[in-house]
Amino acid sequence: MTPLAQLLEAALFASGMPIGLEALLALDPGATTEQVTDAIVELRTRYDEGDHGIEVVEAAGGWQILTRPEYTAAIERAQIASRPHRLSAAALETLALIAYRQPITRADIEEIRGVSAGSILKSLLERGLVDVVGKAEALGRPLLYGTTSTFLEHFALRHLGELPRADELAVALRPAAAAVPLATL
Amino acid sequence: MATHLADVADAPDDRGRTVARTTDDAPPASFVVELAHFSGPLDLLLTLLREEQIDIYDIPIARIAEQFLVRVRTLRLDEAAEYLEMAARLLRIKAQMLLPRREGAEAWDDPRAELVRRLLEYQQVREVVDVLELRAEGRRNRFARSPLPAPDRAPATGPVSAAMADLLAAVDRLLRASRGPDVHAVVPRALDVAGALIAARALLARRAHIRWRDLVRTSAEPWEILSVLLAVLELARLGECVLRQPIPFGAVEIVGLDAGPDPLIDDAADTIAPAMSPLASTTSYDTAGAAA
Repeated sequence: MTPLAQLLEAALFASGMPIGLEALLALDPGATTEQVTDAIVELRTRYDEGDHGIEVVEAAGGWQILTRPEYTAAIERAQIASRPHRLSAAALETLALIAYRQPITRADIEEIRGVSAGSILKSLLERGLVDVVGKAEALGRPLLYGTTSTFLEHFALRHLGELPRADELAVALRPAAAAVPLATL
Repeated sequence: MATHLADVADAPDDRGRTVARTTDDAPPASFVVELAHFSGPLDLLLTLLREEQIDIYDIPIARIAEQFLVRVRTLRLDEAAEYLEMAARLLRIKAQMLLPRREGAEAWDDPRAELVRRLLEYQQVREVVDVLELRAEGRRNRFARSPLPAPDRAPATGPVSAAMADLLAAVDRLLRASRGPDVHAVVPRALDVAGALIAARALLARRAHIRWRDLVRTSAEPWEILSVLLAVLELARLGECVLRQPIPFGAVEIVGLDAGPDPLIDDAADTIAPAMSPLASTTSYDTAGAAA
């Protein structure tokens, strides 16, 4: 492996979270973007072709080292690590709405889902899957919600563009009208 | 929110139906929380339509409304306002469908239109949920390195480099800034009138004419001054001396009575009884006041 690939391997190992390209570039001031992405590919190929229990996965606009799924059962049985709980259908529906129509208010989510969303939004906020991204211009200036990078990582998405295209979906998931981000308030 | 999903994990695409089955087979328990198996009234409605293989654009509202109510009752969802609201909505649409239409009217507003729109919207959400579920499952089966436990305390920034002088200067700054210690001064005797009396008598024995400052040293403390004052007043009361102040606010003269006539005193009688003197208020000390 090239020294750069080895450096990236060490960095990815040290971080549990995905590391973005910018942070990887900061590791070696002399390296170009192309060199870094090449080194990532080199590392990934190395893991895929050699006999390795881990792999390099692209997620949330960065890369991360993850264990291979074939070892998950054994690891969990030995109680070394445990898989996170699955999200409930209600939580997934709420997340789907937020992902497509962000920034979106709670009232809009409730209107489409036909049920109240307060407690689900609260627990999604607690888990860091969504965040308050602004306030709507509507009466009462309701909070606007958006997805986070934790959301992308949870669903192994590189970016939101990996979800089915919005124009292929019905009106419900089309982007909502423009809203004011928090920073401008 | 997340824990109940373990029991529907076997059939993620079949949510709700597993529940319906168990409820049909077994008599309903006294308290069953089934709400979680449908994520809302639209979910339940969509499940019904799918089971009955009904075209979403042509819903037989009377039949569906009836089935919806039955399902709500068997699943004990009738305590949730959202399901009741949907049931009421379905019944209202059913009633509207029964109203006679105007003959030959083209522009007939289908009362089901709003419901169809909402169902379509919701169906799209469910499609995305399926995608998300699949994605999440793929990620769930891979472990990242778990985050290290947070250190108990903030780590030191490194070894401290400072000269001894800097350290002492810092201590000095600190001590300067600090309030002085609250030391309580212990006065062994509040006043020493007896001592001052002896000293004054001894001085008067040697010199008939003394002044205040002969008795009180310059750096005398308040208790010493008071002691001397009381002692002098006591001597005057006992008739051993006379106090005089020739000019207002001037120096007080203490004249021993066994001393010879002072050249400055014209009338000795005036000074022997200072309390009676018309000048007492300004020139003489009142012995009664001193006693108090």
